[in-house]
Amino acid sequence: PQGRAGRGGGDSLDKSITLPPDEIFRNLENAKRFAIDIGGSLTKLAYYSTVQHKVARVRSFDYSGKDHEPPYEISVQEEVTARLHFVKFENTYIEACLDFIKDHLVNTETKVIQATGGGAYKFKDLIEEKLRLRVDKEDVMTCLIKGCNFVLKNIPHEAFVYQKDSDPEFKFQTNHPNIFPYLLVNIGSGVSIVKVETEDRFEWIGGSSIGGGTFWGLGALLTKTKKFDELLHLASKGQHANVDMLVQDVYGGAHQTLGLSGNLIASSFGKSATADREFSKEDMAKSLLHMISNDIGQLACLYAKLHCLDRVYFGGFFIRGHPVTMRTITYSINFFSKGEVQALFLRHEGYLGAIGAFLKGAEQDNPNQYSWGENYAGSSGLMSSSPELCPTQRARSGTFDLLEMDRLERPLVNLPLLLDPSSYVPDTVDLTDDALARKYWLTCFEEALDGVVKRAVASQPGSVDAAERAEKFRQKYWSKLQTLRHQPFAYGTLTVRSLLDTREHCLNEFNFPDPYSKVKQKENGVALKCFPRVIRCLDALGWEERQLALVKGLLAGNVFDWGAKAVSDPAPACSSRQRPWLVDSYSKWLQRLKGPPHKCALIFADNSGIDVILGVFPFVRELLSRGTEVILACNSGPALNDVTYCESLIVAERIAAMDPVVHSALREERLLLMQTGSSSPCLDLSRLDKGLAVLVRERGADLVVIEGMGRAVHTNYYAALRCESLKLAVIKNSWLAERLGGRLFSVIFKYEVPAE
Amino acid sequence: MGAWLGRQRWLLRMGAGRLGMATERHGRAADASASSAGEPAPGGPGGRRRELLRRRASSASEPPVGASASASASAEGVRRSRPGSYSGAPSVSRQRVESLRKKRQLFPWFGLDIGGTLVKLVYFEPKDITAEEEEEEVESLKSIRKYLTSNVAYGSTGIRDVHLELKDLTLCGRKGNLHFIRFPTHDMPAFIQMGRDKNFSSLHTVFCATGGGAYKFEQDFLTIGDLQLCKLDELDCLVKGILYIDSVGFNGRSQCYYFENPADAEKCQKLPFDLKNPYPLLLVNIGSGVSILAVYSKDNYKRVTGTSLGGGTFFGLCCLLTGCTTFEEALEMASRGDSTKVDKLVRDIYGGDYERFGLPGWAVASSFGNMMSKEKREAVSKEDLARAMLITITNNIGSIARMCALNENINQVVFVGNFLRINTIAMRLLAYALDYWSKGQLKALFSEHEGYFGAVGALLELLKIP
Repeated sequence: PQGRAGRGGGDSLDKSITLPPDEIFRNLENAKRFAIDIGGSLTKLAYYSTVQHKVARVRSFDYSGKDHEPPYEISVQEEVTARLHFVKFENTYIEACLDFIKDHLVNTETKVIQATGGGAYKFKDLIEEKLRLRVDKEDVMTCLIKGCNFVLKNIPHEAFVYQKDSDPEFKFQTNHPNIFPYLLVNIGSGVSIVKVETEDRFEWIGGSSIGGGTFWGLGALLTKTKKFDELLHLASKGQHANVDMLVQDVYGGAHQTLGLSGNLIASSFGKSATADREFSKEDMAKSLLHMISNDIGQLACLYAKLHCLDRVYFGGFFIRGHPVTMRTITYSINFFSKGEVQALFLRHEGYLGAIGAFLKGAEQDNPNQYSWGENYAGSSGLMSSSPELCPTQRARSGTFDLLEMDRLERPLVNLPLLLDPSSYVPDTVDLTDDALARKYWLTCFEEALDGVVKRAVASQPGSVDAAERAEKFRQKYWSKLQTLRHQPFAYGTLTVRSLLDTREHCLNEFNFPDPYSKVKQKENGVALKCFPRVIRCLDALGWEERQLALVKGLLAGNVFDWGAKAVSDPAPACSSRQRPWLVDSYSKWLQRLKGPPHKCALIFADNSGIDVILGVFPFVRELLSRGTEVILACNSGPALNDVTYCESLIVAERIAAMDPVVHSALREERLLLMQTGSSSPCLDLSRLDKGLAVLVRERGADLVVIEGMGRAVHTNYYAALRCESLKLAVIKNSWLAERLGGRLFSVIFKYEVPAE
Repeated sequence: MGAWLGRQRWLLRMGAGRLGMATERHGRAADASASSAGEPAPGGPGGRRRELLRRRASSASEPPVGASASASASAEGVRRSRPGSYSGAPSVSRQRVESLRKKRQLFPWFGLDIGGTLVKLVYFEPKDITAEEEEEEVESLKSIRKYLTSNVAYGSTGIRDVHLELKDLTLCGRKGNLHFIRFPTHDMPAFIQMGRDKNFSSLHTVFCATGGGAYKFEQDFLTIGDLQLCKLDELDCLVKGILYIDSVGFNGRSQCYYFENPADAEKCQKLPFDLKNPYPLLLVNIGSGVSILAVYSKDNYKRVTGTSLGGGTFFGLCCLLTGCTTFEEALEMASRGDSTKVDKLVRDIYGGDYERFGLPGWAVASSFGNMMSKEKREAVSKEDLARAMLITITNNIGSIARMCALNENINQVVFVGNFLRINTIAMRLLAYALDYWSKGQLKALFSEHEGYFGAVGALLELLKIP
């Protein structure tokens, strides 16, 4: 539909929605529960919907052990998952959008729409008329805080600090396990300062009337410039020293000998107290921006000090997507708090009200009992529509911005064995900071895209539209990679993990849930057949020889990895070549093995096939024989050729049938198969399945084994644990190997014992 | 970072009523300010100064902007507990001052405070001159005395606040009247020229001066007027001045006052306040900018913070918005305006009180918030804008002062500075806002000699009156 609602003031922007609306309002047909947040210029719509997509299921059947027979069946099934959709657009489009929603809203159960924001009142009748839903008004601040709690808990790298003169200017924060208490400073037309103590308890502790409205209103009077964005643009070009009275104006040159900063503002607009001079619009706007930002920063610091808080999140239209105001506010906070208070901003700040309103309406579903994950495929990145950063893109996308969040099946929590959950950073290299590495990996993923597309098509031979969907996948992922080239900060800290996860999200989006299912099935079948022979060989070795052989087996298995670029031919014989390895603490490990057995080992497995069956299981078996209990944790959902939890159950069952050690361990629950809660080739130990975390605590795990490049090198290489840990991998990427000072197929064997 | 910060720990102070707010020039400046909270000031003034110079030298390679911003940041919160000092006084004038300790200072007795906008001059006119003295009095001195005391206006901009004159004051054993004179800082060159014309330098007097202008105009005083300034720290002078003036009262009346029922035009009353327990005291000096001091005793105070949104901001923005040319004109316009046409009130947004947060409907939600709308911009008068400007700046100062009082655990707040001159609207608003938002816990106090305390402090330094 064409947007017809014209905005007063007669600007010449094309009001038509340039994106196909079905890409903006996705999954409307299953939508239920709506919420809307109408601000001064932007509307944010939230709805809950279900998404039906294909999943590959594995099923065990009576296994005869005949040659060429697969070890289990794969079937593709439909699965329904829950998703939250958030759409942000200019108020101009509101009528067109409501019309579109009305036309596509099939679900009739919904009776109510939660509304918040200053504009909710104004558009109440329009919404009720168009959607035939009753508008329930929700308190603005309550919604804001509910939304803020939600994103801080569920979206990694939600918060960031602004760093002037660094590239990029945003530095993302790892999620603190305890988000409370914090201060929220909302800079709308005025300023509200709210102290948030728990999920449900918050208190308005103060405010100021000098806010965004003051900048806008006073700015419009001074410069005859009507629009907020234009005022900011003016400010970014001005010199405030022409308008402000600075210390050097009061002290003359002496400020230098006194060591005073001549550039401090003694009196804002102090120089304009004259009829003799004209002042430029730019200079006045800049002076006004400093005056207001400094004032807000000062008050925020005074409140933070009074309430002993050091984390202050800033939001509101004054901040929203404007590096200029983030910069001045950050400066002010640093200045007045002397660095003791941190000014934080949020990637999804614009959505807080809509999220909160939605949560208010969905209380009976209790959305807070679930964990949610940002869907990179369906979400626009930070600054996707910022005129300051990307003027062309803004025009192209018609200023629509999207956020989608998937409801995860199981709640996610920290691994209880993390040494310090608040400082744990899963990723080894921050590609946002490291431009060289970023360039390399983006190119690497671009080059691998053809292969992934082919693999996806090949995985669904019976499907008529597989090629078409695969092509859509290619376009989607390619455009994400291009966005990330220009805006590496778009989805928080850019890492190899986020690139991999984005690819998985995009594959899922186009119904390629598990392109490797057949490969994994075949590999598992082959490896299972070799299992008895491998065990016989191992058992024939002396104790010390066997320990080395087990480790080499783990490493050798890990080379067989369809996901890695260098391993097109799965037979490199060099993986376990002569020690010393690139990182080699094997002797220390061997020494440890001569000591008392571990109580319980937690093992994160990597690939299907040879890796898990001929590498991990023999290793597990040895631990079991030593009297160590083992928790084997595999991915909940598919990612590349990684073994999934469901596959691991079947594999274990097959092995148990061949091997009495594994058999009895399974029966006696000395070997436990668990799921990680993740569908990523990497591992974030701060977001693990709650059941796994509980079990780890119950069993008193005292050894963590992390295997594979994705889990032990791209992530967790520097992870500090409270117990012993073993991180092993073969570097299957020559660039990375070189960076680490080794060569392709270099071996990492990192055994660490925490300091007492 | 730590090491870098270490070098930045300069211990300096900043001026009263002038230096407030930061602006951004260099990213590291702000980070640097992370350093020296609560850093004790080293030793006496001399030591402090040497320390400063040494540190400057050691960090010459650091970016100057960042360095100085950190200096100013560290100035805040530095508790100062020592008697008045001669910050940055050249050794020559220090020797002169030292020599004063031995004998009484020769007339004329001046104290000068050269601010960003206004120069404040206090002059002690001895009334107990003996015939002998009168005979000995050199012509130039007599001419100064006659000129200052027989006029109420000097040139086109100098004004003597006759109503503030303190009569029959005894200073250093001499009886006389204290006169209060002000003129704009931009007329400083004319003032120095007058000093030259009246041959001040022949009097061998010492000019004790404070405020930023004491530094800015030092060279002009020397080269044009052949006068050596004794430069004094403005916060020291301010604190000294206010404590002294309060102690001598106001010609038999109380110096300090407060407002009862400040919000009620009918019932509002200005009442004397006996500042018998002055400590601790939050001192808010509103000049062009604002300085906020916590005063714990005669010799123990610290600068808590400051803001650049002060009298200069009110007047500067009024000039831009209304075309007014004087402070008096701006205030007069404000007295006739209606700020609620300009500001967005809580009731404009919520239709009444915002009960969830206990916000009354009359409270301003967004200063100048109505000016976002073109129609409303066209519907306001200059008077309305002046009024809104006055309310905005005043409320903000009240708000910052209240937060400082809470943080410092002080419940009496004295507002001084020339922003409050003939500015009953601002004083009543401060009185009301402080009382309302603190639920009666904080009391706003005012002082008759609003803007002259720095100059008085300078005079006291000249006479070495403790």
